[in-house]
Amino acid sequence: MSTDNERERNEEAARLPDQLGRERLAAPVRRTGMFGTSTTGDTSGFGRLRVRGSAPVSAERPYTDPDDPRTADFDRVADDLEAALGENAGAVERVEVARGEITFHVRRESLPRLARLLRDEPSLRYELCLGVTGVHFPEDTDRELHAVYHFRSITHNSEIRVSTTCPDSDPHIPSIVSVYPTNDWHEREAWDFFGIVFDGHPALTRIQMPDDWQGHPQRKDYPLGGIPVEYRGATVPPPDERRAYK
Amino acid sequence: MTVTEDYIDASGGDWDEVIEKAQATSAERLVVNMGPQHPSTHGVLRLVLTLDGETCTEARVGIGYLHTGIEKNMEFRTWTQGTTFVTRMDYLTPLFNEAAYCLAVEKLLGITDRIPERADVIRVMMMELNRMASHFVAMATFGMELGATTIMTNGFREREMILDIFELVTGLRMNHAYIRPGGVAQDLPPGAVGKIQELLKEMPERIKIMRKLLDENPIYLARTRDIAHLNLPGCMALGVTGPLLRASGLAWDLRKAKPYCGYENYEFDVPVSDGGDVYARYRVRMAELEESLKIVEQCLDKLRPGPVMIEDAKIGWPAKLALGPDGMGNSPDHIAHIMSSSMEALIHHFKLVTEGFRVPAGQAYAAVESAKGELGCYAVSDGGTRPHRVHFRDPSFTHLQAVAAMCEGGTVADVIAAVASIDPVMGGVDR
Repeated sequence: MSTDNERERNEEAARLPDQLGRERLAAPVRRTGMFGTSTTGDTSGFGRLRVRGSAPVSAERPYTDPDDPRTADFDRVADDLEAALGENAGAVERVEVARGEITFHVRRESLPRLARLLRDEPSLRYELCLGVTGVHFPEDTDRELHAVYHFRSITHNSEIRVSTTCPDSDPHIPSIVSVYPTNDWHEREAWDFFGIVFDGHPALTRIQMPDDWQGHPQRKDYPLGGIPVEYRGATVPPPDERRAYK
Repeated sequence: MTVTEDYIDASGGDWDEVIEKAQATSAERLVVNMGPQHPSTHGVLRLVLTLDGETCTEARVGIGYLHTGIEKNMEFRTWTQGTTFVTRMDYLTPLFNEAAYCLAVEKLLGITDRIPERADVIRVMMMELNRMASHFVAMATFGMELGATTIMTNGFREREMILDIFELVTGLRMNHAYIRPGGVAQDLPPGAVGKIQELLKEMPERIKIMRKLLDENPIYLARTRDIAHLNLPGCMALGVTGPLLRASGLAWDLRKAKPYCGYENYEFDVPVSDGGDVYARYRVRMAELEESLKIVEQCLDKLRPGPVMIEDAKIGWPAKLALGPDGMGNSPDHIAHIMSSSMEALIHHFKLVTEGFRVPAGQAYAAVESAKGELGCYAVSDGGTRPHRVHFRDPSFTHLQAVAAMCEGGTVADVIAAVASIDPVMGGVDR
């Protein structure tokens, strides 16, 4: 009984503004100033403003919102996936439900197993994989590179997103080409643009950039490039060096 | 150029030299490059073919010759400016690109339900016209590649009618940037409805002529029937959608399965054929032309006066444009409003144009049934005025992977037919 009380007290303490405020201050800074300028002074009067990122959200059951028809089958899909995974249910780190879309964040090592279940399990039957794409979050320490997959079930007319991550220092994610052959080129593109190595891909070579290209252009640390353009005596800097509102 | 006991690799060689060396060796297999600069490879597509006599034993596809970094560039512009980039991807289906992008941005903003009805109707109408234009080009170039120039001239002539409408409505024949987050760039100009009615009257006859020319044409049948076969399991494994999937017997269409822009309010059929060959794809495209005409007709009935841009001063760009002495620009009414009667309107206008609007952090995927298949847009926002990442799942990119499955074991001549039936546009493939 006393432990229950204690837990309740702790939970209450976690909700206190003071505690929440401290958590907020510990979050990483995403932007400073009103407009995120770096070249010239911020004249908006908000120069010392710090905008902090928020912790990743994790959806709570039920995933289906009765007011949003787009979410109608989310609980069914999550249940079926959980049942199919069985004792490997830990493969799904968290579930995100937002904007009428469901995202399963999974550990990279479980991806091929999960893909096979998504395709073969009669209750799931995601026949179509809509490819994979990378997203680079340099500030997301140890999870810098995200690989995002979309799956579509024609049998159940359902759509889900599966997201997995890998650190910059070890950019490896298992390939699912053996399950979904359509991912062949998509994985090559993600390798080409982000440097994610898909282990087990039959021929992981560059696809858009020339074979001898250095670097992976869609990463955030790769500059856009461009040269200043002179027009009637004035110079217009390239797009990534222009003063802009971020 | 390399010659071994086993094969002759003729890539980059001179033909006289190839023939000379081929006669000197006992090698049976010839590796040739088709493209990237070849009139019948739809732009800059490169095919590496291994030939054993007339038979193509291996077909490999090389892409990337038209990569323009559109996705990267978009990360350095505002969300609204993005439409100007995406319209240039698959340049034969610009309005689908814009629609997919705008639907994704609207999903991120959470304003999907607040798009004015008139804007939705105009979007549907423009997309269906665009579908027809794209199918006409698909058939025209296909005819040309088989050596039938009449099909080519006919196809481009019919398409011209649609491009005239596009020019009247958007100001441009292609690269429109007409569909914008929140609605469309401007309302239909006077005379547009009349011009579309003219098209509705004329087009069925034109389609009939095309059908007469091709449906039962023995030469056309010989070149297309049982060529480049791809069955339903093959389509599923390779992620093939659109007319190719429907030509393999599955009536799958996002307009019916996951309606967007109010497609659930229109009556139309999803044409299917079960041949799974080049001819079946032609039949499906032809039938889709007729269905698109039906939808455009219903759009004209549904057009009600009203706004064409979301009524939210913080998102909606001024959509009341007028023609001035220096070209198209904001209407004098709008300028008078912001310059002399409303301080707030001026601030909103200034902020929208210089800073752009902020999009709440998160991710969204929106897909439309483009003329070629499922065109998806995956957009990620970090809460700023520019996208953190935008990715397009282009149908042509995915479909080109099917070239090997369609061509290997067939003859060289059928490779041309197979690639043309996929209808790839390299602008979309390479982005």
